[in-house]
Amino acid sequence: MSEQTEVIDKKNIVIRFSGDSGDGMQLTGQQFSDAAALFGNGVSTFPDYPAEIRAPQGTVGGVSGFQVHIGDDAVKTPGDYADVLVAMNPAALKANLRWAKKGATIIVNLDAFNDKNIEKAGYKENPLEDSLLQDYNVVPVRITHLTEETLKDSGLDQKSIVKCKNMFALGMIFWMFDRTTEHTEKFINTKFAKKPAVAAANVKVLEAGFNYAANVHALAVHFNVAPAHIEKGRYRTITGNKATAWGFMAAAEKAGLPLFCGSYPITPATDILHELALRRDLGVKTYQAEDEIAGICTSIGASYVGNLAITTTSGPGLALKSEAAGLAVMAELPLVIVDVQRGGPSTGLPTKTEQADLLQALYGRNGESPMPVIAASTPGNCFDYAFRAAKIAVEHMTPVVLLTDGYLGNGAQPWKIPSMKDLPEIKPNFAKEGEDYKPYARDPETFVRKWALPGTKGLEHRIGGLEKVNVTGEISYVPENHQIMVDLRAAKVAKIADSIPEQEIFGSQDGGDLLVVGWGGTYGHLYSVVRELREEGKDVSLAHFNYINPLPKNTEAVFAKFKRILVCELNLGQFAAYLRSKFPHFTYEQYNKVAGLPFTVVELKEKITELLAR
Amino acid sequence: MAEKYTPKDFKSDQEVRWCPGCGDHGIINSVQKALAELGYPKESWAIISGIGCSSRFPYYMSTYGFHTIHGRAAAISSGAKTANPKVNILQISGDGDALAIGGNHFIHAIRRNIDITTLVFNNEIYGLTKGQYSPTTKLGTKTKTSPYGTIETPFNPGELVIGAQGRFFARSLDINVNLTAEAIEAGVRHKGMAVVEILQNCVIFADGAHSLITDKEMKEERQLILEHGKPMIFGKNRDKGLILDKTGKLKVVEIGKDGITEDDILVHDAHCENPSMHWMLVHMKAPEYPVALGVIRDVEGVTYNDALDAQIESVKASSKIHCMEDLLNSGDVWEVK
Repeated sequence: MSEQTEVIDKKNIVIRFSGDSGDGMQLTGQQFSDAAALFGNGVSTFPDYPAEIRAPQGTVGGVSGFQVHIGDDAVKTPGDYADVLVAMNPAALKANLRWAKKGATIIVNLDAFNDKNIEKAGYKENPLEDSLLQDYNVVPVRITHLTEETLKDSGLDQKSIVKCKNMFALGMIFWMFDRTTEHTEKFINTKFAKKPAVAAANVKVLEAGFNYAANVHALAVHFNVAPAHIEKGRYRTITGNKATAWGFMAAAEKAGLPLFCGSYPITPATDILHELALRRDLGVKTYQAEDEIAGICTSIGASYVGNLAITTTSGPGLALKSEAAGLAVMAELPLVIVDVQRGGPSTGLPTKTEQADLLQALYGRNGESPMPVIAASTPGNCFDYAFRAAKIAVEHMTPVVLLTDGYLGNGAQPWKIPSMKDLPEIKPNFAKEGEDYKPYARDPETFVRKWALPGTKGLEHRIGGLEKVNVTGEISYVPENHQIMVDLRAAKVAKIADSIPEQEIFGSQDGGDLLVVGWGGTYGHLYSVVRELREEGKDVSLAHFNYINPLPKNTEAVFAKFKRILVCELNLGQFAAYLRSKFPHFTYEQYNKVAGLPFTVVELKEKITELLAR
Repeated sequence: MAEKYTPKDFKSDQEVRWCPGCGDHGIINSVQKALAELGYPKESWAIISGIGCSSRFPYYMSTYGFHTIHGRAAAISSGAKTANPKVNILQISGDGDALAIGGNHFIHAIRRNIDITTLVFNNEIYGLTKGQYSPTTKLGTKTKTSPYGTIETPFNPGELVIGAQGRFFARSLDINVNLTAEAIEAGVRHKGMAVVEILQNCVIFADGAHSLITDKEMKEERQLILEHGKPMIFGKNRDKGLILDKTGKLKVVEIGKDGITEDDILVHDAHCENPSMHWMLVHMKAPEYPVALGVIRDVEGVTYNDALDAQIESVKASSKIHCMEDLLNSGDVWEVK
């Protein structure tokens, strides 16, 4: 290491990799985060990619980014602003400069800053030559040229050579953070096992980038981020969508039921279907339906014959599924509907995150159609809430909505691998041959009916979407009967509150000045800001909800302990409106953002500090 | 394994509420007859319907039954059969349910060749909503929503089935209980998606929609009841038949006239993979041609549900992942000590 290089110990570092969508930035970012996780850092990542698969090269619309937050403590968010920005071309700089902290190190691929690319990015002048970047530590590197030099004797064609340039940038970053290239080399050799020449080229460029950074003294700073104090155990990196898929598979295994997923491709939910489709080895049946409606309807059919049935979608798809979801409510069949929320309304912002489907999930059906709604709050706990959604659906004979969002679904974190034996049991309540079966006879405590499967002798019966007489299930239009059935279906869902955990408070258990209330995917940001404020001595606590309908039984008691309640969510106030309808005697202040982006800890801190001063 | 049933064994205790004279009464008799003949265990049947007059069907049967939502019975049946291929599924839809709101699911269930039997009760009208035209209503027909006559070309369900690469299509008449029962039996026995169109009379809103072919005086002249391996002969005196003319079109001829003998008459081959002849038969309209009834196309193929089960078995056999614990601990995993 050079004498001129300064070593800085940092608690947290945020790095943002950006380039054209074909530049391999997602892979580069993922490799860095995997290496950091292996080293023992806390890690949280988030990809930021365009909706277009191959937007015009060199334009801002085609920029793909990947942000990694590493720290010496449990990292809960991908970070607000970057300490280090890698920009592989002018468009990447243009699109991402707003995400760089003042003073950040910006590594640019100098070879890409030609007149044509500068113009395509929408700059009038070369941004490297005017005052735009004077507050930053800009490190211009001829990444393309150096990659070509490294591989000039490789025998590869020019296109393949240039494709390796992301590894040069990654090598530099590895040096900058004092990490070895070992893990990535292993990854490259596995990925290109059938193309040894390509593997060798990538490894060579990776090492060249590392050595270049070490030799040229171009990077004045060398960061040291110590390992975090992480709970012992086996870990892997997991995204929210993968965790969701695995949670359902775990639930199916625990329940002893085959898993069926009827679904239609939709961003950002499709990865769940991809993951399930891979698992024929575990007997998973995925059915790529002709439309969203068929997605849920095939799952209802699968539920009717005794499968653990799920359907996965995003906001527009949930809208299309609503009539069929009502059928599952009416027939009282188990089903989980996953909504990986994205920016709306209509097609909206397919690749961006938002929490604006809450009221649709709660109420977006005709008639009195009560449905449990639960929400995951970290990429990793998508596994737990998928599992719990399935457990509720099967044990309470009801469709359940599981809300995640684009931020959780695509975000990744190191995840402590659970053991199957530690997961709770799931007990389907099947009617058995020989019993005097009545399709709508109910458990007196839970109001749950039994599940009688076609094929079981003697239990033949009819169900459907028409109103029915309780117990027998015969069609009935009698006014008094309809009232009874509407009340029973509502009571059945309300009763689920008996089997969910109480709401926890992070912070002052006995109450205090301010309770921040959130739900779902905003957990990492809300937790981080509340923790920071508490470290500064402020009396701020957090109640972050995963169970939305029904709410935990102690919700009202939790709210009553605090002087003020601030509901923070990525919509115009849907959870706040819901809470007002449930507990109208509290005052709910709101902080809302609908920009297709997660909160930043900075903006939350500003808002809460200002509120506390009032 | 076949059990002894009578049609009565398939009747439920519910009062049948179709209008007096409705063609559905005949159809339910045919279904109960067919199911008794087939002898599959009663509990193996699930009758799944959409919405419409015909879709009340499951309530009147003593099997498992699911009365679902408008247009979606094909999708729900597809999911049920895929999830548990042991269940025998009879899907009941009307012309509106199957071909208008449910058109997308109908063609895709056919394309996938899922092993279900679909009965399309075609009365060329929306009955339950009291008389609006449907996708099969003849051009120019006056209904409540077409008081000056429709201006839409109707679907011919059989053409749609063949267009969607269907492998089984039969057509029958509500009043011909035996023919309908035989068509249903053949459809159930066919491995794969089977569509049986039943021309049904709505006495209230479209009475006589099929009278051109059901008319007592003319029916023998206007109905060609097809049987595999038999010549395509029809008529009161069994003296008419079909041949291909020089231009490749079907032509009605009289046996014994212009030197035509029975040997010249086309022989029905329901099992022919090439659907050209089946399409021509499906396309025939009265009074220019007789209307083709019976099993028109019956060609075995690989079903979706069998293909999926086979794929699962083959992937299982070669995979290292046998349970969730294997999956959770596969790939890039590290230990924090």
